[in-house]
Amino acid sequence: MTQLDTSDAAAETLKGGPRRRRVRMTGRGVPLPLLLPALVGLAFLLLPLLALLVRAPWRSLPSQLTSTEVWQALQLSLFSATAATAVCLVLGVPLAWLLARTEFPGRGFVRALVTLPLVLPPVVGGVALLLALGRNGVVGQWLDSWFGITLPFTTTGVVIAEAFVAMPFLVISVEGTLRAADPRYEEAAQTLGASRFTAFRRVTLPLIAPGIAAGSVLAWARALGEFGATITFAGNFPGRTQTMPLAVYLALQNDPEAAIALSLVLLAVSIAVLAGLRDRWMTTS
Amino acid sequence: MTDTADAQLTGSQGLDAHLVVDRGTFRLDVELTAAPGDVVALLGPNGAGKTTALRALAGLVRLTDGHLRLDGAELDRTPPESRPVGVVFQDYLLFPHLTALDNVAFGPRCQGATKAESRAVAAEWLDRMGLAEHAGAKPRSLSGGQAQRVAVARALATHPRLLLLDEPLAALDARTRLDVRAQLRRHLAEFEAVAVLVTHDPLDAMVLADRLVVIEQGTIVQEGTPADIARHPRTDYIAQLVGLNLYKGQADGHTVTLDTGPTITTTENLQGEVFVAFPPSAVTLFRDRPVGASARNLWHCEVAGLETHGDQIRVDLTGELPLAADLTTPAAAELDLHQGASVWAAVKATQTHSYPT
Repeated sequence: MTQLDTSDAAAETLKGGPRRRRVRMTGRGVPLPLLLPALVGLAFLLLPLLALLVRAPWRSLPSQLTSTEVWQALQLSLFSATAATAVCLVLGVPLAWLLARTEFPGRGFVRALVTLPLVLPPVVGGVALLLALGRNGVVGQWLDSWFGITLPFTTTGVVIAEAFVAMPFLVISVEGTLRAADPRYEEAAQTLGASRFTAFRRVTLPLIAPGIAAGSVLAWARALGEFGATITFAGNFPGRTQTMPLAVYLALQNDPEAAIALSLVLLAVSIAVLAGLRDRWMTTS
Repeated sequence: MTDTADAQLTGSQGLDAHLVVDRGTFRLDVELTAAPGDVVALLGPNGAGKTTALRALAGLVRLTDGHLRLDGAELDRTPPESRPVGVVFQDYLLFPHLTALDNVAFGPRCQGATKAESRAVAAEWLDRMGLAEHAGAKPRSLSGGQAQRVAVARALATHPRLLLLDEPLAALDARTRLDVRAQLRRHLAEFEAVAVLVTHDPLDAMVLADRLVVIEQGTIVQEGTPADIARHPRTDYIAQLVGLNLYKGQADGHTVTLDTGPTITTTENLQGEVFVAFPPSAVTLFRDRPVGASARNLWHCEVAGLETHGDQIRVDLTGELPLAADLTTPAAAELDLHQGASVWAAVKATQTHSYPT
């Protein structure tokens, strides 16, 4: 749409009368009051990304990206996001099954609790994790004195912080898929001699595999971008707990070019994830 | 049932069940017994509790009360996976991610057979069902009739002592239904243990089963052989199902006085509470009161509705005696029948049939 079209349309809106109908159909049937904010919104989402590309230090990029620091942060990020997703899968899929397939008192409350980390500011999550698993935490003090395990400010701590923030995405995605799947398949499996666990493993799991895959990607992407809980619970030690987002933030203060380079890497990873989900979400229309 | 009777039945073969399931305002309370080789059909309108009864037999619904014994073994508290029960579900519920072969092999595999063994068993069953060439097909590429046979094979492959079929033909179109019904009848006849099938289609029930159990609102209203039930319906639902007019009244010799007032003359000589039944085709209609007619059963009625019923017209009548009458199309045209028309309905005593309640 050109500038001319919109001003014409605005003029016609003022005139009103019999032409009103035509005005409302401006732009192939899209009403103007919806079209304008929509375009502004689109620009708002794309502009920062474009700026990132425009200001990228393309010439020094290869050397930036091959520096040990970037490489370490990227490796750590990929490892911890993948490990966090694995934790989410092992704990989250059974939790989703419990929420979708069983009746117990307070189930609605439990579901609300599960989704709480979705809306909780990640920093608060980090503080909460410290209070629970920190060296003097509710559980952490026992871990420390009994097993000598310290979680905060370790790579394991990064994985825990990321899993805490990412798990709701997986649970909600898998629970939705489970609810859409016919529970009677599990009953059919039971009548054929399968225990409930066998029925879950051999029938339900294959049926909900697409939902699990989608949930994993969401959780992985969320874990990859996790900042607040990670820096609060695991700190910012290069090579140990400094993931990409932390490195970006830190670099922005002393070496903006490095920050842009790191951001480009994360952008590339995000686009790759989106491409991976192309069949699932981008072709729904 | 008394304790001594219980003791006698323990150790006996076949099914002995008293199913009581409470579900809010609905209560299912039916007793079912069957010997090995029996095919029992649970027949009833929607919501009567047939499927609940089936699910209770399979262990998918817990019994509130009663008992369930199969070949002498108590099953009340046995989880579904440990019951020697096979189920053919209404829409088959074939596992969509497995081939026909692996669907059938699922049961034997769960019972401890190796992958190769269970596949061999499954291949045998598919072969028996005439589905050998579809072994590698996924359920979605099977026709309705094929899917139904895979479902039957899958249920039978676990060697159940009780086979349950939930509306086994409901998902099929009329043409396929005829073939599949005949095949299913053959397989059920070969099946050596107890089979219980649920249906709301009287034809399926009568073709497939040796014995019908009619359930309405959670309780058994009648049971017997298909022929017996067709001739002696005991509720309006069954009478409609088999296409009869049914009335309840007090008999005194050949005259039955209905609870609602009118009398019907019958051939049977009975005393006390009886049912009187006659088919809609036995009814003759007149626009004016027939003079000197021999039929003693004559009632003044009003046409409440007309519908085509095969090549006949089914006339729904209200008035002295509510009844259904079947007429040929020319006869209906000649009588100039329309809604609200006043007619006289006559039935010969020889066409009626009465029997004690």
